[in-house]
Order: sequence, then C-alpha cells, then structure tokens
Amino acid sequence: MAKTITNYFEELRGTRVWRSVFRSGTGSSTLHRALAVQQNVFLHLFSTKVRTRMLSFSTTWYLGTLTFGTFLILVITGIPLMFYYHPSVPQAYADTKDLQFVVSSGLFLRNLHRWSAHAMVFLVFAHMFKVFYRGAYRPPREFNWVIGVILLLITLLLSYTGYLLPWDQLAFWAITVGSNIASAVPVVGNKVHFLMLGGNMVNANALLRFYVLHCMILPLVAMFFVAVHFWRIRKDGGLYAHGSEPKMLAAQPVPAAAKGAE
Amino acid sequence: MSDEKKITPVELGKEFDRRAFFVKLGLGSLSIAAAGTAAFSYQFLSPNVLYEPSPIVNAGKPENYAADSVTMDVNSGIYLIHAQEGFFALSAVCTHLGCLTAWKPELGIIACPCHGSKFTRYGVKIEGPAPRPLPWLQTSLSDEGDLMVDRSKQIDPMKFLRV
Repeated sequence: MAKTITNYFEELRGTRVWRSVFRSGTGSSTLHRALAVQQNVFLHLFSTKVRTRMLSFSTTWYLGTLTFGTFLILVITGIPLMFYYHPSVPQAYADTKDLQFVVSSGLFLRNLHRWSAHAMVFLVFAHMFKVFYRGAYRPPREFNWVIGVILLLITLLLSYTGYLLPWDQLAFWAITVGSNIASAVPVVGNKVHFLMLGGNMVNANALLRFYVLHCMILPLVAMFFVAVHFWRIRKDGGLYAHGSEPKMLAAQPVPAAAKGAE
Repeated sequence: MSDEKKITPVELGKEFDRRAFFVKLGLGSLSIAAAGTAAFSYQFLSPNVLYEPSPIVNAGKPENYAADSVTMDVNSGIYLIHAQEGFFALSAVCTHLGCLTAWKPELGIIACPCHGSKFTRYGVKIEGPAPRPLPWLQTSLSDEGDLMVDRSKQIDPMKFLRV
C-alpha cells in the first residue's frame, strides 16, 4: 500500500519528539480531539466542544475574530516598523518618510499597519453593536461585556498614541487638542496633562512617552485582557446565539416593578 | 503531662489574636509599600528639568512694527500688535483646545482653524467654543531697546506699552 500524506503525518505524530510536545496522543476520537484543545496552552482558553451553529457566519458575523485578526496584523507589522523608527524629534518625521519612500516594503508595512488600525477601531465598534443588539451582553456574560469596554478603551488609546508617532502637523495638533481635553478634568486635569506629555507642551518627552505606551505598555495590557475575554466566553457558557440560553433564565419571575408598570 | 494537651478557649483566642496581628502587620506594611510605590512612580514620571523653549521672547525693535499692524510669530505663538494706544502682545494659542490661531488681515480678526473660534485683535471672543479671551502677555523693553514678551506672565487687557 502506497503511503499517503496522511500516513506520513500519522507517523510523525507517533514520534517521540512530537509526543513530547503534544501530549494528547494519536487518534481522532472525540476524547483525543477534546484533549488536543484542552492541553494546548493557547487553545485551552476556548471550549473543547462548540456547536456547529455557533460557528456559522450569521451567529457572530465573525466580528470578534476579525478584530483579533487585525490586532495580530498590527503586532506583526508594528514590530518591523520599530526597526527603522527613532522616537526622537529630529528623526521621527524623517524616519516616517524613509519608511514610505526608501525602505524596501516599508510603504506596504506602514500602510498595512495604518489600515489595520482603522479597521480594528471599526470592527471593535461593529462587534460591540452586534453583541449589544443581539443581547449577548446579558447575564451570565455581563462581566465579559465590561472587559470588552476596557478593550475598546485600550484600542482607542492605542490609536491615539500611534497618531503622534509620524510627528507631522496633523499628529502634533491632534495630540495638542487631545491632551488639552485631558486638562479639562476637574482638579487634577493639569497634572494629568503634565504627566501625559512629560512637560507643558507636545515635545520630545511626549513623543517618547507615547512611543513606549504604543509599543510596549498598551499592547501588553491589551493581550492580557484579550486572553481573559476569550477565556470568559468558555466560562460563561460559550458563544451566544438566540434561543441557546438555558430555560431557567427565561423562567425568571418578572420583577414587581415591571408588573406594576403593565 | 495530660494537662498540657488540653487546649482551653483562652489559648485558642490567643492563637487567633497572634495570627490576626501578623495578618494586619503584613497588610499594613504592604499598604505602606504600595503608597510609597505610587508616590515614587508619580515623582519619577514628573520631569524635574524641562528642555522647553524659554517663555521670554525677543520681538526685536519697536520700529519694525508699522503703526496699526498685527504681526504673528509662528514659532513662539504670539501676536505683536502696534495699536494707536501703544504696543501689546497676545497669546496666539486658542483658549479652547490649544490650536494656533491665525490673523486674517482681510477680515481684521483672529480666527482658529480647529473649531472656528474668532477673536478681535484685542483678544476678545467674537464667536466659537473658546471659553476665554486670548490672554494679554507681559511686554517690556530691554536695555537694548528690544521688545520683550514674557509668555508665562499674563496681564490685564488694555494695558499698552508705550514706546
């Protein structure tokens, strides 16, 4: 019998090295497949079993997955951009121009980063609207909605901090206006403004602070909350689809106040 | 020896008190450390020395400014105005959200490109979202006879510098 690719793969899965990495073992029984998900550090955030209906396009429009996809593109394109960009006043604008006109594929990476950033903001909002209008935010998923709101704020902050980095007129004035909005906070406004910019005006300190926030702090915080967000989907009973909820939720007594209003 | 094995309620209470004491001690020292870290972080993130431009601007000789003229210095963000009553300096930074305003000679007004605030040449708001008039800045003459503007010091409006 001639060996097929599947045979070779099965053989590979039986080797000692493969078994040392993936402990769920060979075989394609339901148990094996469940173990393959459960015992993988990345996949164990998700449910081991999902109903096919939950994977259909109409249930979620894949908006959360697409948002995560744009986030991955932003991380993957952002890191190479860092190799050519110096967050300093004399160099930032020139480096941005170099990325567009001198560096091989720099224009492609920068545009991909920029368009994905726009797409991510759009998709986050679309995802939230979809979740809201389908009622998927309701108990037992209310805490995951809160995490989603935190992720929305992180997305907007990532967008805002990235806006300054090209160091052109648009960037400078947008951050001037934006940081002045922060100083409208009662009592501590001016302190917040000073801490945010590392000075009284958008200058070298502000550029460096926004760079560190954009490339280190905010992505790490985002990854942390994304992990919790995914894990909570499993913990809160999987993805929401209309009519998929346990009957006990529907059978809850109507509150007295609502009865009186009828 | 059998007497020692008996645990009286008093001893139990004592043991609990000791544990509660150490829990409080531990939490207390952690709170002090957390407060210290917060204060340390705040101080670390507030720069003590700023490499920002000096607030004092040398605007040159008064003769350079024609009578009844408004001159803007884009780099320092000020207007130097030679009115009939004398010289005065206005901040060109909009009081709304900090954009740089511009002098419109054809209309005789100062206008902000960001959100449409408009001011007279004396800084008084005509329209728009700006909450305050453009501040008047302290002007003086240096020993060499140059006009000096201190952007960090605001003065009352209509205080002209007569040369």
